[in-house]
Amino acid sequence: MWDYSDTVKEHFYNPRNAGALADANAIGEVGSISCGDALRLMLKVDPGNETILDASFQTFGCGSAIASSSALTEIIKGKTLEQALEVSNQDIADFLGGLPPEKMHCSVMGREALQAAVANYRGEEWKDDHEEGALICKCFAVDAVMIEETIRANNLCSVEQVTNYTKAGGGCSSCHEGIEEILAKVLAERGETFKAAPPPEKKVPGKMTTLERIRKIEQVIEKARPNLQRDHGDIELVDVDGKNIYVSMKGACAGCQMEAATLGGVQAQMVEALGELVKVIPVKATAKLAPNTLPA
Amino acid sequence: MSIPNLTPIYLDNNATTRCAPEAVTAMLPYFTEQFGNPSSMHSFGAKVGHATKGARASLQKLLGAEFDSEIIYTAGGTEADNTAILSALKANPERKEIITSTVEHHAVLHLCEQLEKEGYTIHKLKVDGKGRLDLDEYAKLLTDKVAVVSVMWANNETGTYFPVEKMAEMAKAAGILFHTDAVQAVGKIPLNLKDSAIDMLSLSGHKLHGPKGIGALYLRRGARFRPLLRGGGQERGRRAGTENVPGIIGLGVAAELALEHMEQENTYVRALRDKLQAGILAAVPNAFATGDVDNRLPNTLNIAFEYVEGEAILMLLNKQGIAASSGSACTSGSLEPSHVMRAMGIPYTAAHGTIRFSLSRENTEAEIDRVIAAVPPIIAQLRKLSPYWGENGPVTDPEKAFAPTYA
Repeated sequence: MWDYSDTVKEHFYNPRNAGALADANAIGEVGSISCGDALRLMLKVDPGNETILDASFQTFGCGSAIASSSALTEIIKGKTLEQALEVSNQDIADFLGGLPPEKMHCSVMGREALQAAVANYRGEEWKDDHEEGALICKCFAVDAVMIEETIRANNLCSVEQVTNYTKAGGGCSSCHEGIEEILAKVLAERGETFKAAPPPEKKVPGKMTTLERIRKIEQVIEKARPNLQRDHGDIELVDVDGKNIYVSMKGACAGCQMEAATLGGVQAQMVEALGELVKVIPVKATAKLAPNTLPA
Repeated sequence: MSIPNLTPIYLDNNATTRCAPEAVTAMLPYFTEQFGNPSSMHSFGAKVGHATKGARASLQKLLGAEFDSEIIYTAGGTEADNTAILSALKANPERKEIITSTVEHHAVLHLCEQLEKEGYTIHKLKVDGKGRLDLDEYAKLLTDKVAVVSVMWANNETGTYFPVEKMAEMAKAAGILFHTDAVQAVGKIPLNLKDSAIDMLSLSGHKLHGPKGIGALYLRRGARFRPLLRGGGQERGRRAGTENVPGIIGLGVAAELALEHMEQENTYVRALRDKLQAGILAAVPNAFATGDVDNRLPNTLNIAFEYVEGEAILMLLNKQGIAASSGSACTSGSLEPSHVMRAMGIPYTAAHGTIRFSLSRENTEAEIDRVIAAVPPIIAQLRKLSPYWGENGPVTDPEKAFAPTYA
């Protein structure tokens, strides 16, 4: 039995807003019976101010799928469509007091149904950009498709790199075999052979001079550049201000949909190289960030 | 989470059984007074060694084995399965093929998948809609390239039997070692290994009211064998490691009890199971029993409830104090339904909603009546929530009626 929170159980046993909504003017449907999860979200939207007056759902799925659907309808009622679109799958999971990692896909389904319903209201076509594969890393809920795509996009070749870019494998290590299998498959596609890397050397934290520190940072940037340049992109160091390392994404990397993953990987390597928590910030985003903000 | 004042009903005996009180009582002294190591050359060890010999004889009797030395104790069914298959491969290094089936337990299937990566060829026999094998297909695969056939005696989800005795004879005629994972069958049906052609058989203590963490591999005298674990000379050098003495004693008692209750298993338990099946299917539309219902374990009933998902059913049953299990994907964290249901070609509309009720001699008719009363409203409640279920039953062509806005 899953270790469900009391809130998950409460929303499963007593789902709110379940059943068809007769006068719905926005309907979002995601999933399918073959996938084992399906959700129809129905909204009654006030055309005057685009506020969600009522919401209901029909769900085929497990306990957490039903609870996530129930939670979603409670969260979005009374919100405007714009406000509702800000709701993330993590918000749904948080509302429920958390979900087991293996069940996070239920909250993702809720978020996607919401996007589909809003698109339906606006007469737009909503495209799913989330192709879910087998769950590889249960600690951080990362699936095979995500790992494969990240390996391809960033020319990764080791489990350590995959962990840096996706978090997969950073927990209990039980998925390392699965990650290595995906690496072997993707590397074979580009004519390379996967070789297991030796265990990383343990770094002993020590004080670096400012010059040594800058050089380390430059080394990490230089190490990342060839992979990015291969994809017609690049990264440049702009400035270092305490814990904040400012970089500029160039070429195809600027505005790329994998930009956040790339920056996350570079940041993880910075943390590893420097032995301290730092944040790698693209220069275009500096205005939004408070100074000296450490990574979560 | 169960409703207070409702006595729990346990119908998940294919997952594990309650350890028989007689077995527990018998085990206790082997944690305290009789703590000697059976390999030790003193009286502490000798007493324990004598007791484990008695337990071995009980297990020999249950299996209908010719010699007690044909039993190798293991840590459970998985270790026994792994030992059998890996031993056969090492003992016959020139043979690189294995025959198994698509519906085996993961202890066999996942090992075979790993062996496939290491260069072995795995032939997985397919099953039909009732979970039955095609023996003609099997016969064609029996060549001198095959090191071992490993096929379960009875399926853990549906209870369906495979004709393992016949298959073992066919394998023997082709000079191939034959192993059967009989974890679900041992203790429920009479066995007579002495007169069969089965070379190896796996069993697990906790499936027959014995303790967890103990199992055994039957190895026919004379069959080629290579140990999985090497170290001390325990189990005649075939399974190194100090014996799980309390477990062995408990398994011995469980074996005696299983033999004693064998007839009850096939009359009383079977009748309860049949009543449960008839009661549920009479009250719930769009539901059916899976597997070969005329040829299955006496305690097992697997019902597919269309248009609802298994884990949700389990949670609502659990709230009423009823414990069963599901082959549904969501209970395992993936979204794929049970490989057994998929192998039988059960459509997705039903495969996600399968529930396995597995009984034991400890269940009562009053319990079965309570389950028969509890299930229909639970299914109705979930179908009310389902986008695939309308006012008067399933929506026509559910895949079309529920059409996501994306490809």
